[in-house]
Amino acid sequence: MSEMESKYAELRQIIEAHKDWPGALMPVLQGAQELFGCVPEDVQKIIAEGLGVTLAEVYGVATFYAQFSLQPKGEYVISVCLGTACYVKGSQAVLDKLSEELGIPVGTTTPDGKFTLQATRCLGACGLAPVMTVNSDVYGRMTPDQVHDVIVKYRPEA
Amino acid sequence: MDNMITLTIDGVSVEVPQGTNVLEAARKAGVHIPTLCYLKDINEIGACRMCVVDTGARALQAACVLPATNGMVVKTNTPAIRKYRKTLLELVLSAHDQKCLSCIRSTNCELQRLCRELGVENGDAFKGVQNEYAIDDVSPAIVRDNNKCIVCRRCVAVCQKVQKVGVIGPVMRGFKTAIESPWGLKLNDMACINCGQCITACPVGALHEKDDTAKVWAALQDPSKHVVVQPAPAVRAALGEEFGIPMGTSVTGKMVSAMKRLGFDKVFDTDFGADLTILEEANELVERVTNGGVLPMITSCSPGWIKFCETYYPDFIPNLSSCKSPHEMVGAMVKSYYADKAGIDAKDIVVVSVMPCTAKKFEAARPELGHNGLADVDIVITTRELARMIKEAGINFNLLPDGDFDSLMGESTGASVIFGATGGVMEAALRTAYETITGETLEKVDFEAVRGTAGIKEATIKAGDLDVSVAVCSSTGKAAEVLDAVRRGEKNYTFIEVMACPGGCVNGGGQPIVDADTRASVDVRAVRASALYGEDAGKPIRKSHENPEIKQIYADFLGKPGSHRSHELLHTTYQKREKYTD
Repeated sequence: MSEMESKYAELRQIIEAHKDWPGALMPVLQGAQELFGCVPEDVQKIIAEGLGVTLAEVYGVATFYAQFSLQPKGEYVISVCLGTACYVKGSQAVLDKLSEELGIPVGTTTPDGKFTLQATRCLGACGLAPVMTVNSDVYGRMTPDQVHDVIVKYRPEA
Repeated sequence: MDNMITLTIDGVSVEVPQGTNVLEAARKAGVHIPTLCYLKDINEIGACRMCVVDTGARALQAACVLPATNGMVVKTNTPAIRKYRKTLLELVLSAHDQKCLSCIRSTNCELQRLCRELGVENGDAFKGVQNEYAIDDVSPAIVRDNNKCIVCRRCVAVCQKVQKVGVIGPVMRGFKTAIESPWGLKLNDMACINCGQCITACPVGALHEKDDTAKVWAALQDPSKHVVVQPAPAVRAALGEEFGIPMGTSVTGKMVSAMKRLGFDKVFDTDFGADLTILEEANELVERVTNGGVLPMITSCSPGWIKFCETYYPDFIPNLSSCKSPHEMVGAMVKSYYADKAGIDAKDIVVVSVMPCTAKKFEAARPELGHNGLADVDIVITTRELARMIKEAGINFNLLPDGDFDSLMGESTGASVIFGATGGVMEAALRTAYETITGETLEKVDFEAVRGTAGIKEATIKAGDLDVSVAVCSSTGKAAEVLDAVRRGEKNYTFIEVMACPGGCVNGGGQPIVDADTRASVDVRAVRASALYGEDAGKPIRKSHENPEIKQIYADFLGKPGSHRSHELLHTTYQKREKYTD
């Protein structure tokens, strides 16, 4: 079984495990997002058919929540908090610097598929403001000057 | 009664059953609470906040989702509430194109009316960015203009919950929220059944029928064209509403006169086609029953239902009656039988159907519905489009005398006129099938069990030794329920009638639009249907096979029901359709 085939098989298992629950769509979409790194059209169709809901409903939920992505995300997802505390502490400048350093607009992925840059709402770590995360690594009290060093950790050649 | 509760609304004491929401309780107390996203029994989600009331709670609450409780004291009209509602409307307007003068729903728009009634003076109170959307007019039936959409979700609710089609939904969030198909696809790329229930649910002009009146005007203007028009049964039950005539008034005679004044060369009646359908369909049913054909047989008059079946229940395609729908039958007869009799080349005839239906626009364009390279029906307009043409032509509808349909295909029976209501096709078919099966005269022609607006009706009719078990469903959602039960083997029927729209054609997607307030207090389906049952009762002939013009067409042209020529001209085929286009 190819890697993709086994992912589809796993998706079907996730659907099977949840399909009789009320509100099954969210956990299934979360599972799919984790599995594929995004929820593209074919995955959404499989979910719609599997759960017996309409594609419009699946797509509506997938576009409502920022945690779901229609296109594949990068290997590392950089999230910069633009919540109130981080924002007043200058997180916008950190975000701008990341955008410049990576050469991509916010909300997109680098051509090599390495990084996705996104802005988020409050991460709940206001004491460390301004905060950013790279996947599950947390970086607090960020300044634009530190941006380059953080990126290098994940892409040594940069 | 035990389960009654009493509450006070604006000082008026009112008693309502437990479980009633405050909005409905207020209606009972004679207090009108404005609404925008609310559509009784279909969309009760408290999203727009227009119906907020003061119950003494910390915040104002949406009456449409607030259960009334015993002893509750509700205020619906305070300075704070009035300001709140007005601000809401101003915010809605800030994201609305406000092109009211040229809007198809002008004077029949719930947003427009609320702004006027609640005293909105400035449409630009909040100036900001406006989302701009491309108009989706690719579908042959339905146009979507999101620049007018207020995101109330009434169309979504009817599409998803009532019709179980669900090709549109809210996408994105916050200010970017829009009602769209997934991946921004056009409605035509989705498995939309073109029923148009979204249009009649829409409070504003964001959804409307594809206007084909220009094609009709052009045909009427062309001296080389012989233009024949035919109205469906349900049109006469509702057209008057567009001219201020009370709902439930049949306006058959005025409608015919208006068509003649518009310049149509012949005014035939789709009711004649309905009688013809009954002869063919009753014959098909008897054949299937006696020769072990595929059962249950399912009616095929409703093009929304047909596309639903082809797309979502293709395993039932063999169950579909092969009969074309009544207006297609009339079209086929006009371009063969009538063309011969009148000595007109069929190529010069334009057949215009006036339908309560948007799906008929899609149906008429089906390549299989034609003969010798000519479509049976050339143009379909809805009841609303006919009303617009009458207004544009300066015809004073209310003062028109009653006119008569032209002969050859203008005669109809009581059986045909009830086609426009759910259960009508079934009842008409039973009147003829009973006599075909038993060879006896049916004395009592009323089959009460299949009447009424219930979504699913069942009955067993005794015809001689035969028990004919029937089901009648209206709305594709209800059809899905019945077909699921048949699939599971839980139900066993001989004959099923399906109408795609709830209540049947009288409540079709092309009918005059009734606002949410009226829909909350009047059962539109029942009132309009009463006009048709009234016509049926008043007709001297109430069985399709007794229609003299039907007898004549079989004697002169078709031979007998199910003949070779009938099959060539009056029957059709269906095809499996994919749910998703790639």
